[in-house]
Amino acid sequence: MSKKSYRAAINEALRQEMRRDPTVIVMGEDVAGGTDSAGEQDAWGGVLGVTKGLFGEFGRERVLDTPLSESAYIGAAAGAAATGLRPVAELMFVDFLGVCFDQIFNQAAKFRYMFGGHARTPMVIRAMYGAGFRAASQHSQCLYPLFTHIPGLKVVLPSSAYEAKGLLIQAIRDDDPVIFLENKVQYDEEEEVPDEPYTIPFGEANLTREGEDVTIVAFGRMVGIANAAADRLEKQGISCTVVDPRTTSPLDTGTILDCVTETGRLVIVDEASPRCNMATDISALVAQEAFGALKAPIRMVCPPHVPVPFAPNLEDLYVPNADKVEAAVRAVMGYKTKETV
Amino acid sequence: MTNITAITMPKFGLAMTEGKVASWAKPEGAEISVGDEIADIETTKITNAYESPVKGTLRRYVAAEQEELPVGALIAVVADPVVADSEIDAFIAAFQADFASGYSREQAEAGPEPLKTDVDGRATRYLETGREHEGRPIILIHGFGGDLNNWMFTQPGLAEKHRVIAPDLLGHGGSSKDVGAGDHAALSASVVGLLAALDIPKAHLVGHSLGGAVALRTALDKPAHVASLTLISPAGFGDELDGNFITGFIAANRRKQLEPVLEKLFKDKSLVSRDMAEDLLKYKRLDGVGAALSTIAAANFADGRQKDILRGRLAELGNIPVQVIWGAEDEIIPAHQAEGLPAGIRTHVLAGAGHMPQMEKAAEVNRLILELVAP
Repeated sequence: MSKKSYRAAINEALRQEMRRDPTVIVMGEDVAGGTDSAGEQDAWGGVLGVTKGLFGEFGRERVLDTPLSESAYIGAAAGAAATGLRPVAELMFVDFLGVCFDQIFNQAAKFRYMFGGHARTPMVIRAMYGAGFRAASQHSQCLYPLFTHIPGLKVVLPSSAYEAKGLLIQAIRDDDPVIFLENKVQYDEEEEVPDEPYTIPFGEANLTREGEDVTIVAFGRMVGIANAAADRLEKQGISCTVVDPRTTSPLDTGTILDCVTETGRLVIVDEASPRCNMATDISALVAQEAFGALKAPIRMVCPPHVPVPFAPNLEDLYVPNADKVEAAVRAVMGYKTKETV
Repeated sequence: MTNITAITMPKFGLAMTEGKVASWAKPEGAEISVGDEIADIETTKITNAYESPVKGTLRRYVAAEQEELPVGALIAVVADPVVADSEIDAFIAAFQADFASGYSREQAEAGPEPLKTDVDGRATRYLETGREHEGRPIILIHGFGGDLNNWMFTQPGLAEKHRVIAPDLLGHGGSSKDVGAGDHAALSASVVGLLAALDIPKAHLVGHSLGGAVALRTALDKPAHVASLTLISPAGFGDELDGNFITGFIAANRRKQLEPVLEKLFKDKSLVSRDMAEDLLKYKRLDGVGAALSTIAAANFADGRQKDILRGRLAELGNIPVQVIWGAEDEIIPAHQAEGLPAGIRTHVLAGAGHMPQMEKAAEVNRLILELVAP
């Protein structure tokens, strides 16, 4: 056990699984960097250095720098998975998935179903998501609701370094295609991470805070923001449960409904664009299954429905933060029904 | 030269960086002796009575109740009644200035780090403290599902005068998850191997629960290596045991399932914190732990009974001093197994404790261990 960054935890998960299982390979743009050029091999280790060092240990047979063609290498990964390897393909920025929609949605996600359960597709697609990195609107989106929409895909949003390592090892060992999304703002965040390999099961939410007044459901980087808001509110006498679902597909609806039933109030923090995102999905779930438990309308803390701004001051206004979460919790706590007014 | 002593936030376990005074047990101005409980210290993992390391007058509370403070922070001042209030003020000011400068604070928070060594091809993690002391070391052997942190209240006290080594048994903590047969003999062989690796010819063994049976087995197999035995709520003394604890511990993969299982360990159920359960879940998620625990359980506790009863062999121990400590309200292994032991075995059944007397009655257990080790 030692303190490791989110980046180092992901690197360690890849390294340990590649050591354990020779069928695990890594592929993507610049996952080594400099290969086959005059430059140093392993010069990059991925655009933000997450795969650094894998090329040196595992070589070009298992760490494949690909051409700048997502449709080609994501398709190749799906095929490799269907024929016996366990590829981990790095899509770099999740914003680039547009050019390989068909390979993911129509091919990899459908193999098991279309072939009557006879095909397995144990592939992982890693990609970075999220705003706050000053990377403008084409490199800052949170497209996990798109993947969550497609049956046949599993979608993982690790909220911390510990979560990232265990969930990525679980993803690599899973026999279905898994979309593993890393928030690029979190790469340097550190916490205690065991040195040994471990797995965290999909579809099991984690309660990072437990309280009585309000349930806050948050995803990925928003879990830390929800925790910060909950800690502040606790000092002011409002106690919150914070639910980190860990995976949007499968979704641990049971834990979410249990928590809402206990607290009677719900705030959802989702960094994805506000229409048809996880916040709306969970709102619908709770409205249908736990309406009677609600003491106040559900509040969603999401960005506005605009492209992520490049201007730093506007980007800071765009992303949900602890102040906004705190305000939303206060709003649901202050709600008065007609009878009590 | 006036005698003023700083009472500082203690460090319970490897991971503790801060804690708070949950409540004071003595008023300001009280006369206190060494070992008197002066406050309850609460961390995110556990709450424990803090005992005065010195004799004197509790002159000043520095920490407010419920105030979060880092390990090593000043919580109170003990001094003779003759010391002027102004001197106490100056002492506090000087301490706080030094602490704020960061140096002493980093030292206090760092604490000892566990080490790893290879024993017969298997990694073994252990925490060693009190290295500077000569004489026979004390080896602390935890029980089923535990790890070296089970001795968080034991090891610091013993290490003031002794070299103390707390290993993680095979299949546990940071040690290899390859447990071999997983029976008393296999686990004992790994403890003997660690002694050899550390070049320790003879040691005092303290074992808790399954670790008690491992210590006893070690004394039976390798009596020349064992200077004394302290067996705390030990396995191996009868076939009765709460099999639901074992199966429940292995099966639980969520906190809500694990917490009721852990509550069986303590008389005071409130000692089971969310962090304690979270840490155990993190351990249980490690590769190989499920298989390791199942192997150990099958080898030792199949069908809710203990398999390997060593009680009848206690007479073979000859001149090795032995004591048995049991929590009177042990729900895992009943305390009546401490009855009817051969004469010469000192038996202490502690009221107010469950299966973890070294945590619930830490001071008493520490005193008993020290009395046996250095009479």
